[in-house]
Amino acid sequence: MARRPKLAVWKFTSCDGCQLSLLDLEDELLEIAEAIKISHFTEATRRSQRGPYDLSLVEGSITTPAEREKILQIRRDSRRLVAIGACATAGGIQALRNFADVREYLSVVYANPDTIAALRDSTPISEHVPVDFELRGCPIDKRQLLEVVSAFLADRRPVVSEHSVCVECKRRGVVCVAVLGQPCMGPITHAGCGALCPAYSRGCYGCFGPAEAPNVSALARRWREDGAAPDDVVRMLRTFNAAAPAFRKESDPRGSD
Amino acid sequence: MARTRTIRVDSLARVEGEGALTLEVRGDELVDARLEIFEPPRFFEALLRGRSYEEAPDITARICGICPVAYQMSAVHAVEDAFGVEVPPEIGGLRRLLYCGEWIESHALHVFLLHAPDFLEFDDAIAMAKKHGDVVRRGLRLKKIGNRILQVLGGREVHPINVRVGGFHRAPTRGEMATLEDDLAWAVDAARDTVEWAASLPFPELERDEELVALRPEREYPFCSGPIASDRGLSIESASFLDEFVEDQVAHSTALVARRRSGGTYLVGPMARFALNADHLSPGARAAAAAVGLSPDERNPFRSIVIRAVEILHACEEALGRVRSYEPPAVASAPVTPRESVGHACTEAPRGILYHRYRFAADGTIEEARIVPPTSQNQHAIERDLFAFASTRLDVPEDELRRGCEQTIRNYDPCISCATHFLDLRVNRS
Repeated sequence: MARRPKLAVWKFTSCDGCQLSLLDLEDELLEIAEAIKISHFTEATRRSQRGPYDLSLVEGSITTPAEREKILQIRRDSRRLVAIGACATAGGIQALRNFADVREYLSVVYANPDTIAALRDSTPISEHVPVDFELRGCPIDKRQLLEVVSAFLADRRPVVSEHSVCVECKRRGVVCVAVLGQPCMGPITHAGCGALCPAYSRGCYGCFGPAEAPNVSALARRWREDGAAPDDVVRMLRTFNAAAPAFRKESDPRGSD
Repeated sequence: MARTRTIRVDSLARVEGEGALTLEVRGDELVDARLEIFEPPRFFEALLRGRSYEEAPDITARICGICPVAYQMSAVHAVEDAFGVEVPPEIGGLRRLLYCGEWIESHALHVFLLHAPDFLEFDDAIAMAKKHGDVVRRGLRLKKIGNRILQVLGGREVHPINVRVGGFHRAPTRGEMATLEDDLAWAVDAARDTVEWAASLPFPELERDEELVALRPEREYPFCSGPIASDRGLSIESASFLDEFVEDQVAHSTALVARRRSGGTYLVGPMARFALNADHLSPGARAAAAAVGLSPDERNPFRSIVIRAVEILHACEEALGRVRSYEPPAVASAPVTPRESVGHACTEAPRGILYHRYRFAADGTIEEARIVPPTSQNQHAIERDLFAFASTRLDVPEDELRRGCEQTIRNYDPCISCATHFLDLRVNRS
């Protein structure tokens, strides 16, 4: 019998929602567990096997000195490493600290901030180790996750589109909410959700991060023309993918590299 | 001098988030039991400042991937409390339906995939499925049906996109809602079987005496409303939460730990809800609880798995009723006018009451936010349960003791990312 590939799932600073997407594959979970060996997945099993692993899925951003060390070891132990979700690919909502003073943030939440270890910035996995693929979304889409796992275990590239939410919206035949006057991040946001927000009559809020080559300035200008205040534009760009370079550049022109 | 030893689990599995457990033993005596939480903080209360009230439900949802609806519900109710928004009853009904979806999904995940393997002595549900395939498949299908409700009403399972202050962005059509009906009819039967199955599991003996705190609405099983009540006579509005409960920072945890201001400890979650609200369960859930001899006086934390099963049944019955009688509301959301104000709300997350408080500027900008999640409220009770459980079992083999302690913690379905905030069991023997 062929050797079953070994899968590991890791958590860094995050909400657990992206790894939960694996358990949300209710129809496929037992079949997946037949085809691959789940060697490390703390949320699902108390058994943990040492590496090397054929594929590691990494959720969460790096926000502590200990996490910075741990990701180096996981990279050494993993033949392929895929970052899953907005925290792992862009720093997540907790990257809002990158625009503020983390010590002041600490003092808002904790009475004795000195005892809490926290790095100044929340950073994506790719800033620390080479990443074989980044799956976007806050949260990721579980169908895309299934495609990524299948592809890497078959040694092929995953089929995941990099175009914008607008393309998905047109395909789905949804009425354009921007035309109806709502600010919508669809034109600059990476596809993957299936144009969910427009299908529920609200503007896209960018939870899949920037699409390939987005024209963020043009869209921001358009929002301003439609009456948005400068603060509103900054808030739109600074949510779950605030530290993704394309969004950061527009929301913080002086602070970006 | 007595010999000391440490028994430890460095990385507690099958819980949400990162934590550890340490027992300190001196001679034959247990001297300390600690639940250590080292989930890195994300500073939600700090980063909410300067955001618009409209963003509170979507931002706070990201505190937890397993119970995002709880965060969205506490957030919208706190904002509506601040601005005096009147929400029509049909929208209130849709919110209860959304919450039913999250309870079914979250409880089924915990009962079948995270907790049951402890009782049946497996490392995980996948190993358990080899012997108990029908049970695991039933659990997965129940979980999927909870998630289907979240998809139809919320757009997706994790971090739903359809909730807004005042109501929803779009109410589902009658046709969309009808796609849930057959699944829910199956789920009611499957949930009833689950109560019977859960009650047949082997339960370690443990009797605890903590104050039980839950919402206690006048006429319904608690989700989004009702005063905060306890089995010892507490009855307060959410606005007084911080007068009665305080959070402390402790050295072994990045979660703040809550207690009664008077000094006592308490617990929240299914056992507290059931103890205070059993009379408000759906008829089927009440009958199923009675059939397995489960009473509101139940105080063995290991039997919380049976109470969760009863709550799954309640949520399935309530959801089926709401789906069958659904008429789309005239408007999907009530009008909202911001004002300078403070608002509070508690709602019942699957793991217990979740408190939000916001202070707003006149234009609705958040100036201050305070969030007290269920797991930080349960941390003291978990440690006290661990102490009570382990202190009479120090002579059992260490690996067995470790498993038992892990199971004791899982009785609470702890959500450590919520509390910040993960688990790691250490036993120090001296």
